[in-house]
Amino acid sequence: MQQAWQRWWHSDVGYSFRQSPMAMAAAFIAVVCLFCSVFAGWVSPTNPFDLATLELSDSRLPPAWIHGGSAKYLLGTDDQGRDILSALIYGSRISLVVGLASVALSVVFGVAMGLLAGFRGGWVDSLLMRLCDVMLSFPAILVALLIAGVGRALFPNANESLAFGVLIISISLTGWVQYARTVRGSTLVERNKEYVQAARVTGVAPLRIMVKHVLPNVLGPVMVLATIQVATAIITEATLSFLGVGAPPTSPSLGTLIRVGNDFLFSGEWWITIFPGLMLVLIALSVNLLGDWLRDALNPRLR
Amino acid sequence: MAFKLNPLAATLAAALVLSAASASAVTLRVGNQGDALSMDPHSLNESLQISVVENVYESLITRDANYKLAPLLATSWKQTAPTVWRFELRKGVKFHDGTPFTADDVIFSYERAKGDGSDMKSYVGQFKEIKKINDHTIDIITHAPFPIVPELVTHWDIMSKKWCEDNQATKPVDRRKGIENAASFKANGTGPFIVKERQPNVQTRFVRNTNYWGKISGNVDEVVFTVIGNDATRVAAMMSGELDVMEPVPVQDVERLKANDKLKVLQGPELRAIFLGMDQKRDELLYSNIKGKNPFKDIRVRKAFYQAIDIDTIKSRVMRGAATPLALMFPPQVNGFAPDLAKRLPYDVEAAKKLLTEAGYPNGFEVKMNCPNDRYVNDAEICQAVAANLAKIGVKINLEAETKGTYFPKILSRNTSFYMLGWTASTVDAHNVLYPIMSTPGEGGRGQFNLGAYSNPKVDELTDKVASETDQKKRNEMIREAMKIHQDDVGHLPLHQQALNWAAKKNIDLVQFPDNGMAWKFITVKP
Repeated sequence: MQQAWQRWWHSDVGYSFRQSPMAMAAAFIAVVCLFCSVFAGWVSPTNPFDLATLELSDSRLPPAWIHGGSAKYLLGTDDQGRDILSALIYGSRISLVVGLASVALSVVFGVAMGLLAGFRGGWVDSLLMRLCDVMLSFPAILVALLIAGVGRALFPNANESLAFGVLIISISLTGWVQYARTVRGSTLVERNKEYVQAARVTGVAPLRIMVKHVLPNVLGPVMVLATIQVATAIITEATLSFLGVGAPPTSPSLGTLIRVGNDFLFSGEWWITIFPGLMLVLIALSVNLLGDWLRDALNPRLR
Repeated sequence: MAFKLNPLAATLAAALVLSAASASAVTLRVGNQGDALSMDPHSLNESLQISVVENVYESLITRDANYKLAPLLATSWKQTAPTVWRFELRKGVKFHDGTPFTADDVIFSYERAKGDGSDMKSYVGQFKEIKKINDHTIDIITHAPFPIVPELVTHWDIMSKKWCEDNQATKPVDRRKGIENAASFKANGTGPFIVKERQPNVQTRFVRNTNYWGKISGNVDEVVFTVIGNDATRVAAMMSGELDVMEPVPVQDVERLKANDKLKVLQGPELRAIFLGMDQKRDELLYSNIKGKNPFKDIRVRKAFYQAIDIDTIKSRVMRGAATPLALMFPPQVNGFAPDLAKRLPYDVEAAKKLLTEAGYPNGFEVKMNCPNDRYVNDAEICQAVAANLAKIGVKINLEAETKGTYFPKILSRNTSFYMLGWTASTVDAHNVLYPIMSTPGEGGRGQFNLGAYSNPKVDELTDKVASETDQKKRNEMIREAMKIHQDDVGHLPLHQQALNWAAKKNIDLVQFPDNGMAWKFITVKP
């Protein structure tokens, strides 16, 4: 572990990281968010998902530093008396888990499909790309809604963890197409290059060429896409929650918190939506900046 | 050449006239949190759907601006025998497609509204039959003396027999089974407005019926009905002038809109009661972790739920005061209200816990709760507050809050264990609560909205007696007795009566009905 870290720190990528304050700041924020999400149980003042602890009479209290606020609730409370700070910590956990898991799923699936299509060509390529066309012709949210709806109909007795599983799968099933398209494009370029032909001539198995030679060279754009998709996935998750097929309102994700708070903007209770909004911006921005830096760091042409 | 010029000139002239007309046409832009789920007047007995559709379709009898009964498609009605009501139908009325309105349409609409898939059975399902006397006279025959027939027919809308047959729409649009037909998207009524263009859940445009049989007191030529689900967006649209009328105003924004000098807020008590229902029929709940028995069959569990709900805090925090807690299933404005029964069981967490322990659930249990999120004022927020209340006695609520387009088909097919519903006694009489909400589900719309199938034979018996009793004092005594039984049984968990909150531009005159109905024919836009 120590060794791996040392090796990374002294590598080119590590060097570029040390040279980029932006990347360091983004990484710091992302790590803090991750840490809080993982250890939410210890970090957060209360458990906002434990309904028995909610006091409705404490609802819509302003942040502690504003008149009327209470030290008990540092960032105020929402319309159900939920501590906003705790809700943020737990909410970003849901958003991150759903975002990361669905992107990971769709990257694995999408890249595999793209590689296959680009490398094999012929009818495999046509079939897969037409499938992508079909997927792309529907708005992502509609497909996610459909899958989430079907998932719910299949498991009417679903508890919350199953609901999140359906959510992750429905978002990832709409996201993989973009990776497949991107990877196929790059693969088409790469497979005619000399190094691939050289590998072929020396008798390397096609699967090995695909994974060992082509894949590393097409991952650059996927990185960038994936980081953007994390934010998109979080927003998709929020939209689904808004439509009543996502996170249950009793365990709100960041998106749910923003939507709920949105209703109170006009009446002056800004903290219910602003803080979750800031949190979402922070997470999305830091992940994006990291992805951006990673793209530059991994791009051999920019070295 | 001249022959060729003439039609061109005529077209030009017509175009000029048209553009002049449209320049002075009064367009009313109405915003609502949800859409009428269908244009079919028999498909859903929901206040908003009735309110919108009754601008297009008409019933025999209506309510005027003072909410008193008034003739509409019937010019007069009288009881000719204890079980016979004679209605004289209006002559010279034409449907939007030009077909004349006759007794055949009434009989057709009766069969349609009491048949399979109809959500209006509780209004007409109690009649024995309807007889055609001649083209413009009908008799409504009832099983027993039935004094509230005129009140019952106010939301039973008449459709054209010919049009329904031509459009294969002789059966109602049944949302429970997902059945749609032409009547969902097109309409052909006798009313003052005509459906011009419909995009479900987005926008529907209506134009004034220039061939309307009566006089329209308002001056609106076109109505654009837009669905804006998000509270803040709807308020923003109202304040920026994108909308002329908006309903409902979110309770948190009432003061803000009142302070706006271009707008006014119309408020009043609504006839609707909001309550929670529990499945008391199945031997095992569909959505609970308790297997082999149904906890809601135990009155102690129902009582524990009741006493665990902190209705006063819900009123002050969630509803910001814009609600009146109810102990009965209907508000004081409805005939039959008994003030001495209007006392809720006290909010008492300890007592509730004890009741639950006695019932054999010392650690509570888990149950799914179904809730709309765009139907009643702060519906999903109330459900969340109730879920938090119940968590304090150990009951874990899996809350499913969703849009009414998916919510109603689900709960109306009784696919629920614990649900929220609002009910407006549209006849302004307790019988319209007793029959559809509190009676054992059965034929003719009986208990059609008693979705948890609460059942007490004594209540059923009293309901039948209430229907035919003519002595007002005796009748009220019976209503009181039925209410008392239902209350002692904790058949439902009444929550509150919500307040009506509409916003309109200051130059708009409109009538706010206590059942939340908005009749566009009464709306005048002043310059």
